[in-house]
Amino acid sequence: MSIDVETARKVAHLARIRVEEEDLPALAGEFNAILGFIEQLGEVDVEGVEPMVSVTPMRLKRRDDVVTDGNQQAAVLKNAPDAREGFFAVPKVVE
Amino acid sequence: MMTDLTKLTIAGARDALRKGEVTAAELTQSYLSAIDEAGALNAFVHHTPEIAEAQAKAADARIKAGDAPDMCGIPLGIKDLFCTKGVPSQAASRILDGFRPEYESTVTTQLFDDGAVMLGKLNMDEFAMGSSNETSTYGNAVNPWRRGNDDTALTPGGSSGGSAAAVAADLCLAATGTDTGGSIRQPAAFVGITGLKPTYGRVSRWGIVAFASSLDQAGPMTKDVRDAAIMLRSMAGHDMKDSTSADLPVPDFEAALTGDIRGKKIGIPREYRMEGMPDEIEALWQQGQEMLRDAGAEIVDITLPHTKYALPTYYVIAPAEASSNLARYDGVRFGHRAKLAQGEGVTEMYEKTRAEGFGAEVKRRVMVGTYVLSAGFYDAYYNRARKVRSLIKKDFEDVFAQGVDAILTPATPSAAFELGKEVSDPVEMYLNDVFTVTVNLAGLPGIAVPTGLDRAGLPLGLQLIGRPWEEGDLLNCAYSLERAAGFVAKPARWW
Amino acid sequence: MLDLTYDAPKPKTIAGATGDWELVIGLEVHAQVATAAKLFSGASTQFGAEPNSNVSFIDAGMPGMLPVINEGCVAQAVRTGLGLKAQINLRSAFDRKNYFYPDLPQGYQISQLYHPIVGEGEVLVEMGDGTARLVRIERIHLEQDAGKSIHDMDPHMSFVDLNRTGVALMEIVSRPDIRGPEEAAAYVGKLRQIMRYLGTCDGNMQNGNLRADVNVSVCRPGDYEKYQQTQDFSHLGTRCEIKNMNSMRFIQMAIDYEARRQIALLEDGKDVVQETRLFDPDKVETRSMRSKEEAHDYRYFPCPDLLPLEIEQDWVDDIASGLPELPDEKKARFIRDFGLSDYDASVLTADVDNAAFFEAAAEGTDGKLAANWVINELFGRLKKDDRTISDSPISAPRIGQIVRLIKSDAISGKIAKDVFEIAYTSDRDPEEIVETEGLKQVTDTGAIEAAVDEIIAANPAQVEKAKANPKLAGWFVGQVMKATGGKANPKAVNDLVTAKLGL
Repeated sequence: MSIDVETARKVAHLARIRVEEEDLPALAGEFNAILGFIEQLGEVDVEGVEPMVSVTPMRLKRRDDVVTDGNQQAAVLKNAPDAREGFFAVPKVVE
Repeated sequence: MMTDLTKLTIAGARDALRKGEVTAAELTQSYLSAIDEAGALNAFVHHTPEIAEAQAKAADARIKAGDAPDMCGIPLGIKDLFCTKGVPSQAASRILDGFRPEYESTVTTQLFDDGAVMLGKLNMDEFAMGSSNETSTYGNAVNPWRRGNDDTALTPGGSSGGSAAAVAADLCLAATGTDTGGSIRQPAAFVGITGLKPTYGRVSRWGIVAFASSLDQAGPMTKDVRDAAIMLRSMAGHDMKDSTSADLPVPDFEAALTGDIRGKKIGIPREYRMEGMPDEIEALWQQGQEMLRDAGAEIVDITLPHTKYALPTYYVIAPAEASSNLARYDGVRFGHRAKLAQGEGVTEMYEKTRAEGFGAEVKRRVMVGTYVLSAGFYDAYYNRARKVRSLIKKDFEDVFAQGVDAILTPATPSAAFELGKEVSDPVEMYLNDVFTVTVNLAGLPGIAVPTGLDRAGLPLGLQLIGRPWEEGDLLNCAYSLERAAGFVAKPARWW
Repeated sequence: MLDLTYDAPKPKTIAGATGDWELVIGLEVHAQVATAAKLFSGASTQFGAEPNSNVSFIDAGMPGMLPVINEGCVAQAVRTGLGLKAQINLRSAFDRKNYFYPDLPQGYQISQLYHPIVGEGEVLVEMGDGTARLVRIERIHLEQDAGKSIHDMDPHMSFVDLNRTGVALMEIVSRPDIRGPEEAAAYVGKLRQIMRYLGTCDGNMQNGNLRADVNVSVCRPGDYEKYQQTQDFSHLGTRCEIKNMNSMRFIQMAIDYEARRQIALLEDGKDVVQETRLFDPDKVETRSMRSKEEAHDYRYFPCPDLLPLEIEQDWVDDIASGLPELPDEKKARFIRDFGLSDYDASVLTADVDNAAFFEAAAEGTDGKLAANWVINELFGRLKKDDRTISDSPISAPRIGQIVRLIKSDAISGKIAKDVFEIAYTSDRDPEEIVETEGLKQVTDTGAIEAAVDEIIAANPAQVEKAKANPKLAGWFVGQVMKATGGKANPKAVNDLVTAKLGL
């Protein structure tokens, strides 16, 4: 299973990380190296084995339907790079 | 007097404070001074002297009033991965430049409620991804240990490199760390201190920047095992805000330190003995077995058959979870936002922000994680890895079911290496993680204890792995090992 | 419960140039769960708050934040599942759906792909003409809603409000059992009705609390039956998804346009491309949402911050025993116990509040008459005044009073209308009005007889005409009613006139 530059480009975009064209081959190379390593997992007989869903056996706890949070607009916006009139301002989606 | 204070342990300070031999304010001042003189180690990356002084003052009042928990007045360093209210919490990443959370992590809340004092935030690998503290936006942390007269800068290990360096150099009494694949235990071994990763779920993850949710666990990094027991008690406990946290009572871990391990079965896993393992490590491991045998434990050979698959399993699960956990770092609500050119929109903002804000290692792992989860590969990689993980965990369960109480392995395949070194030896790279990642995959508690020095005079540590929720027993085993090893070496101060 | 049996409606047919076509429709309805707090955080779900003020740090996707599930949301999903006669899965799990969008702070939505909380169910959708479509429910799952992006406040920037982020949604997925635009709208209406009855969703479509993604494809007559035999979806044609519809009217318009669009393509020898589309109500057309980016790869995987959700059968049984009466049951009971027609029962049970009002009005008196008054007098008047039953100026017990006054012959139907008008506009008690205004029917036969005698005596010519043509006796009745100011009991007058004229 070999990763080509096109796949590397797609993955970078899926992850929303800009990778310059000239860096894509190296990235593809890194993917291939890691994949080669991961391929070993194919050797294991996993017939009938349940995938691990929770690390330690605990029951999911549920909270009551009560409002206990919110009402803190200033704190929510405090660290924003661009907050205006109570909103987060972001550049528009360019079609 | 001042220098003496920085040599104290938590247990020692606890005593001295109650006896009135020292005040929390004095203790804090001595550490603040030590920190000021230790810039070369680059361990502390954000300093909080005013907070520390205020907390110390409050601690003194409590000690006077006789209402003082064990951690009261104890000056700590806090790994930059923990969100501390109003104080920079960046996970050593540029993408969190300027981020000061409006909330406090559960772990630090508990520590500070118990009267502990925050000296500052500690250096680490970016987003906890790394084993040498070389990926930090703040620059490398430096190991206080050197090879004899050689002044080559050595790594303190990672990702909790700053925590390890600070404790070893007596810049704080103890530090918080986190461990996803070995990030407490490996640095602890590299600097000759004690580092404990508790059972997954023992300590709350709320307010700790997430790397790999099913593997991350916070723990104490301390000067000795007793201190780790004391500090763990303060850090641990069920947290309703963390759905993966265990609703189990927190025992008095210190009370378990009897030093008596007669009749305990210590397992030695054959799969951890690798071809080409350095002889010093082999020797250290042997010595450790002898020490425990001398203390009355029974040493038995065990097998953990799926050990060799732990690394590929880890390299699927950790990056996959990280790729999703790090999606929130997008420049919208906090942290770094890239400058855009005319005509660029939100997609460019995401791509540039993350390219600029994340370091190379983080980008690599996020993209690998994105890839293994992507359409068509989920079953082959992620789902399969989860199944292998079940098998790895079962290996340990089987061994514990046979009556083994703890497992002894080396903590690292070598002593601390130089900063800037390319780790190219595959065996060394493999071993570096294989000793530690199995423990995270199985969710078990693990502790690193310094037991010797290598030829160059650098510390070496051994790892003990315990049964789930039995940190008390594990600490007691570690305590016996520590007493037998008698490791008291400290780095010669060059800073 | 009375089983109401119906015939299935005929599937809609659209005539194309090359022959007839049929429609195949499946819906994914997103219903906002009626709870005080959000699915995984303690922030409020209340509509209309200041931007970013119903936001927990968890909702804002801050570093280190973790989800904790709201049991109320789970209960509401179970309730909805029970209301749709569906299987409740005691074990379900949460998955992350990963994608980037400014109103999705975590960069993923927590949803349930692999193990939803509710499995297969069904709902009967009456079409109002005696036919009904049985629509199979495939599954219901819980998921987080996203926030809101406002694009028209600034030329260069979008403004993001996270108030809605993290609010619980139930996604109700139907099988492709719906065969026409009217059926689709009726299906949404039925779901809305059931959830309003259950109190699990307020069904407010204007606020976006109930919206639907509509999947449409077209096929030739006979193909659908092939699908039913083989369960092979390829017989149904390639479908397109029209997203985010929040109006029943627009749903119908969109389906109609989309079906015709697909038919035109296919008749032209082209293929229908599977894609997501949006409906433009101004241009009345659907448009492709495809942009230069490729289709989303959501990289679903189990959310590692949550454990599988395990609920107890006892808990589900408790919820089941506490369920209110559902629309179908209530309608059947109204027909059986009050002797109402199917139509009237449908009208009264369409909305749970209306049904409750009717029952209160009908308490202890004639159901049919009460139904008549509620439907024909009250509903009409409320609609004219742009009011709903919850702000009706006349209460249910007062309507009941009017019905009782009619039944006891205290007033005539005609006088009752006057009483209603006064009670509606002046907030007065009908019994008090009748007393005070002296509207009581005159039933005293002596007094009526006197009036009849008077009219007969004064109109000998009419008497002769009436004897010849008994139908003309009604004129006398009218005159007596006028003479008594409308208060004479019409029946009594009629009897006396008939008797006195010897008819």
